[in-house]
Amino acid sequence: MSQAVLLQALVYLAAAVLFVPLAKRFGLGSVLGYLLAGMAIGPAGLGLVGAEGQDVMHVAEFGVVIMLFLVGLELEPAVLWKLRTPILGLGGLQVVVTALALAGLALVAGIAWQSAVALGLILALSSTAIVLQTYKEQHQLGTPAGQGTFAVLLFQDIAVIPILALLPLLATQPAAASGAAADHNWLAAAPGGVRALALVAAVAGVVGLGKYGMRPVFRLVARSGLREVFIATALLLVGGVALLMELVGLSPALGAFVAGVVLATSEYKHEIESDIDPFKGLLLGLFFMSVGAAIDFKLIRENSGLIAGAVGAIMLVKTAVLLLLGQRFTGNRAQNVTLALGLSQVGEFAFVLLSFSSQNGILPASLTSIATAVVALSMALTPLVFLLNERVLQPRFGPSAAPERAADPIAEKNPVIIAGFGRYGNVVGRFLRANDIGTTVLDFDADRVETLRQLGMPVYYGDASRYDLLHAAGASQAKVLILALDSAERTLALVTLVRRHFPHLRILVRAHDRADAYEFIDAGLAHVYRETVDSSLRLGVDALRLLGVRAYHAQRAARTFLRHDERALRELAAVRKDRKTYFSTARQRIQELQALLHFDAANANLREVDEGWDNDSLRQEAPPAPTTPVLPQPPSGS
Amino acid sequence: MARILVQFAHPALEKSRVNRRLIAAVESLDFVTVNDLYEQYPDFDIDVNREQELLLAHDYVVLHHPFYWYSAPALIKQWEDLVLEHGWAYGRTGNALAGKRMLSVITTGGQREAYQETGANRYTIQQLLVPFEQTARLCRMEYLPPFVVHGSLRITEAEIEAAGARYRALLTLLATGQAAEYAAAQAPFLTDLAH
Repeated sequence: MSQAVLLQALVYLAAAVLFVPLAKRFGLGSVLGYLLAGMAIGPAGLGLVGAEGQDVMHVAEFGVVIMLFLVGLELEPAVLWKLRTPILGLGGLQVVVTALALAGLALVAGIAWQSAVALGLILALSSTAIVLQTYKEQHQLGTPAGQGTFAVLLFQDIAVIPILALLPLLATQPAAASGAAADHNWLAAAPGGVRALALVAAVAGVVGLGKYGMRPVFRLVARSGLREVFIATALLLVGGVALLMELVGLSPALGAFVAGVVLATSEYKHEIESDIDPFKGLLLGLFFMSVGAAIDFKLIRENSGLIAGAVGAIMLVKTAVLLLLGQRFTGNRAQNVTLALGLSQVGEFAFVLLSFSSQNGILPASLTSIATAVVALSMALTPLVFLLNERVLQPRFGPSAAPERAADPIAEKNPVIIAGFGRYGNVVGRFLRANDIGTTVLDFDADRVETLRQLGMPVYYGDASRYDLLHAAGASQAKVLILALDSAERTLALVTLVRRHFPHLRILVRAHDRADAYEFIDAGLAHVYRETVDSSLRLGVDALRLLGVRAYHAQRAARTFLRHDERALRELAAVRKDRKTYFSTARQRIQELQALLHFDAANANLREVDEGWDNDSLRQEAPPAPTTPVLPQPPSGS
Repeated sequence: MARILVQFAHPALEKSRVNRRLIAAVESLDFVTVNDLYEQYPDFDIDVNREQELLLAHDYVVLHHPFYWYSAPALIKQWEDLVLEHGWAYGRTGNALAGKRMLSVITTGGQREAYQETGANRYTIQQLLVPFEQTARLCRMEYLPPFVVHGSLRITEAEIEAAGARYRALLTLLATGQAAEYAAAQAPFLTDLAH
């Protein structure tokens, strides 16, 4: 490795290590930290990185690709189908209306109509990288605002394709370097029919590969037990799909997203997710840093009035359009404001489209350099906009005004706090209320929170792993904390927090599955409830009864099995903790199933549950019944 | 010092006046183990191994419960059915409990006078407890006279207090090997109702 590359890597890493934790510390979020780090090392700051910043940005764009792949992984096709209305409706309207409004603004500013339309289209897009990352960091993707944001961003990613096709038609000057941006595109010169065909074939190929091709590959690699090869396979898949998409002129991010959705139902989903997540994080960080470094402060200083005006106008227009469109979708003013403000910046795709435009003679170079600065600035402002929304605007709206409540000295005094009132938590909560036990609920779903509040329940909206929220919910007086959150990570984070600040709380935790249960047992939790085991056994009991087994026997057999299974859980958790070696998740599951079956076989008395009423041994010991006396044989008369 | 296992069964202890106090009176004794069966096995899913080990670790078995329908609450019967296994507690090879002593500690709603031939219940407590006595015999245990608190529906606070103290004193007698003194102390409460 050449020293220069190593040195550059060190500069980026050092900047990230220095700035990001600081930014987090001051509540600014990691994205702003990366941007600041980029500015610090860029030409405007220390000048440690210079012209190669652009190349770095291209490499780092792969982070956006991985991110969309990961988003796809978490979205099963059925969920995606459910989102079709917001994607097409909200997303489509946002792009069209915003593009028209911004183009109109450009026309008024005296820009030729072709350039105005091109600018409108380019600036209508928002930043998937910053916004999705921020939402994920704040666990907000599940809220109406999060869903709407996601829908809009997804549509924008799709819209890049027709925009790329449309832009050359708006050229006002001969292309400077023909096809420079499309130099990877084999099909740029091919007739439209062929291009469309290739496009469909490529997408079909990705779907087919994900559905049928990758599973055997992943299984093979997983069986080898080599983690790094597994990671390499996952990266290879994402990289390959991205390249293929670029070759046919599609957005690589979109292709990766499709590949992710196809793999969302695969058993390797979680494995892939956790393996490539760090790459996404690092590359995205690099991407944000290169955005920060690319901000040309000299240009901004020279055109400060124009650029400031443009940034302000663009962000205002984008916000206004979404405020108008989003109300019906989110159905809630607070959420709508979050949605609109969150998408008010211009996205990273604008950089690509702007350079494409200037190379193809669509926009004059003077305009693109200013537009690039505007885009970068709007991205840099986004974390501040999020902060403004979170700290200043949101507290003015209804129940989700957590900071206001935290200041409220009268905390709840219920003995039970339930974190997570979804399908699991709500049954527990209803049961406790039916028995006159006061419960305080913490939940993330804004609609659910509002409904429950209307019913007069003490419900708090927000992240239960925040100290102030727990405190407001009365954690210092409560006796029992019930954790019914969807994610084991968040549960564990919460457990750590509770143990530090509210050590008196008894914690009961719902585990999604066996793997989560192991995590919780490892964390030293005593009350762990796997959400499916009781219901599975009830089904098993009914199955036995349908087969003619007496009800009481079936029920006792299930009780015996449950006890046995709980013991197996604890024992295997201990074994698992000892064995630090890595196995792929799927392989681990098979091994575990084997271990469980062995454990079952070793317990011969699983079937013999009724010894007390079993009179086999009594029968053996009972004295023989008196036999009927042998009748005297009649004398035979022979 | 002999060890005493109190097998306590009350399906609704939260509503009990007398039994709660009786248990409170003896549970602090260090030679007494109180095994709260309804708390331990709310679903009647008795852990046979645990119960047998408890029996082996003690010298006296006290069946302590309210006297329901001239017998015990259902969980005591479940416990007998499952824990007193053939070949372990009784039968040709069933000697696990041989030599231990068993007694009943019960509370009744009816007054003492009701439990005699001329009373509403027509039989004495000892007659009605014959199934428990014979269970103990079959398990090669000695069955001691019962300790009974009558009239639990009308009993006064002072009387409950006194009953608790007597219960505690009697268990202490047993633990110190004075089973004969225990029987003697009980005798006036069990016979000669006419006097």
